[in-house]
Amino acid sequence: MSRSGRPPWFLLLPALAGLAFLVLPLAGLLARAPWSTLGTRLGQGQVLEALRLSLLSATVSTGVCLLLGVPLAWVLARASFPGLRLVRALVTVPLVLPPVVGGVALLLALGRRGLVGEWLDSAFGITLPFTTAAVVLAETFVAMPFLVISVEGALRAADLRYEEAAATLGAGRWTIFRRVTLPLVAPGVAAGAVLCWARALGEFGATITFAGNFPGRTQTMPLAVYLALQDDPQAAIVLSLVLLAVSVAVLAALRDRWVET
Amino acid sequence: MKGLDARLVVRRAAFELDLALAAAPGEVVALLGPNGAGKSTALRALAGLVAMPDGHIRLDGTDLRPLPAERRGVGMVFQDYLLFPHLSVLENVAFGPRCQNAGRRAARRRAAQWLERVGLAEYASARPRALSGGQAQRVALARALAVEPGLLLLDEPLAALDAHTRLEIRAALRRHLAGFEGAAVLVTHDPLDAMVLADRIVVVEDGRLVQEGTPAEVARRPRTDYVARLVGLNLYRGKAEGGTVVIGGTEGEHALDTVDSLSGEVFLAFAPSSVALYRTRPDGSPRNLWRARVAAVERHGDRVRVRLSGPPFDAVADITPASVAELDLSEGSTIWAAVKATETHVYPA
Repeated sequence: MSRSGRPPWFLLLPALAGLAFLVLPLAGLLARAPWSTLGTRLGQGQVLEALRLSLLSATVSTGVCLLLGVPLAWVLARASFPGLRLVRALVTVPLVLPPVVGGVALLLALGRRGLVGEWLDSAFGITLPFTTAAVVLAETFVAMPFLVISVEGALRAADLRYEEAAATLGAGRWTIFRRVTLPLVAPGVAAGAVLCWARALGEFGATITFAGNFPGRTQTMPLAVYLALQDDPQAAIVLSLVLLAVSVAVLAALRDRWVET
Repeated sequence: MKGLDARLVVRRAAFELDLALAAAPGEVVALLGPNGAGKSTALRALAGLVAMPDGHIRLDGTDLRPLPAERRGVGMVFQDYLLFPHLSVLENVAFGPRCQNAGRRAARRRAAQWLERVGLAEYASARPRALSGGQAQRVALARALAVEPGLLLLDEPLAALDAHTRLEIRAALRRHLAGFEGAAVLVTHDPLDAMVLADRIVVVEDGRLVQEGTPAEVARRPRTDYVARLVGLNLYRGKAEGGTVVIGGTEGEHALDTVDSLSGEVFLAFAPSSVALYRTRPDGSPRNLWRARVAAVERHGDRVRVRLSGPPFDAVADITPASVAELDLSEGSTIWAAVKATETHVYPA
């Protein structure tokens, strides 16, 4: 056996303990699942509704994160301007902010009486809180830092000279970004998008604060689980299992395809 | 005026490049110089990759200086090639034509022709990382030429290759450069590359031009210690009068006899192989005879290079391994050295 193949005991023991700690709760979930009534419970409209909404909002929010986050990461990695360090710190604030606080902040900014929300309401008649759009916004708020950090790291590690080579071949800024920079950092973008999607899918605090808990409109899986836990714990377990299965399937598929290349 | 006519001025904190450079269409000019001399900076200035607030770069009469890199129509082969790792070999070569608004099919057709020309047609769909160093160099050349540039820049095009491949690729590169109709500027620190590939050599030291000429001129008449070392000659600066050249030695002046009749400031050069070494003072005393200390004895191909230190002056001698044994040479020992007047070469400074 090769020297590097066999981990030493002082790494192996904590590693196993760590793995057990992560897997044990999942095992608990599986052990207590009401397997006999699973089929009928899954068929209930509310479960599929919540699942559909969760997948949709997480995917749309990942799209928004990509659209805004990749350029933001580029600016943080490449531009230099006074206050850059402050901006970089601000970008990571949603990581450390309790999501509920994020939800409150979103309400104060985009709510009906919020900073921007009031103007949106009076000028366009757009009211964001307690809509599906609000779910997407809440998820985007908490998930975007994961994408920005991942892409910024990839951009910093990328060799700028490829972009110079592209310039000597006649490529303008946009062509360089699209045909050289972006493909070179693609693994970082993909990893960031996966993290982002996973974070958005699990989002609870900001969503319930900013978007509320309306079945079919803003009730995502985590919210449904929380609600079910109050009056039907068995249903909560079923919902959790579904969420678990979907996340594991998606993450496993994406990880093999993108992250580990 | 056709071709390249440039004055490159780049200022950095502790460094200034100020270099006048011209190249006629079809001419290959080599910038030769030690590391840090500013050769690569000069090339990057020509390509538009470093800002140049002063000076000018005229190519076929157009000033390129205000133009960004992507609008200069300059092809560049980078030292480590910088082939895009995510694109196939064909797409790498097609990249330039695509940027010139050739359609996808037309660009690919043009790329395929260039790959054919550098003999790599069968690698079109390969990824760059599957190529050997020599193949990558040829793809980089094809990629630069595919934009049909008016000026071709090559940054140490052979430096990343092993000795054997280098020989082969140097010959191929020479052929392609001969077929290129625009001006070409090549940066190298290898005198052999410069001699073989270039029509004219510009020696750059410390951001300045120190010597310029055909490879033969530069090899025969070095004007700085750096060039002299590169071409393997002992070089001294001195004052000539009546066949004698007085050079500044390590301790005061020293006179050497020559067969040239120049007068005034001159360079005096002689080959290391023309220096004869003796254990004892030779009979018949040749004219240029001096006592020297052996500073170092090194292997140099199939010869042995002996570094002699002054007083009266430093010099290098090449002798056979057999002579080393006969002379019982060791570092620190003292020895007699001689150069025939007919072996010296004197030219105006």
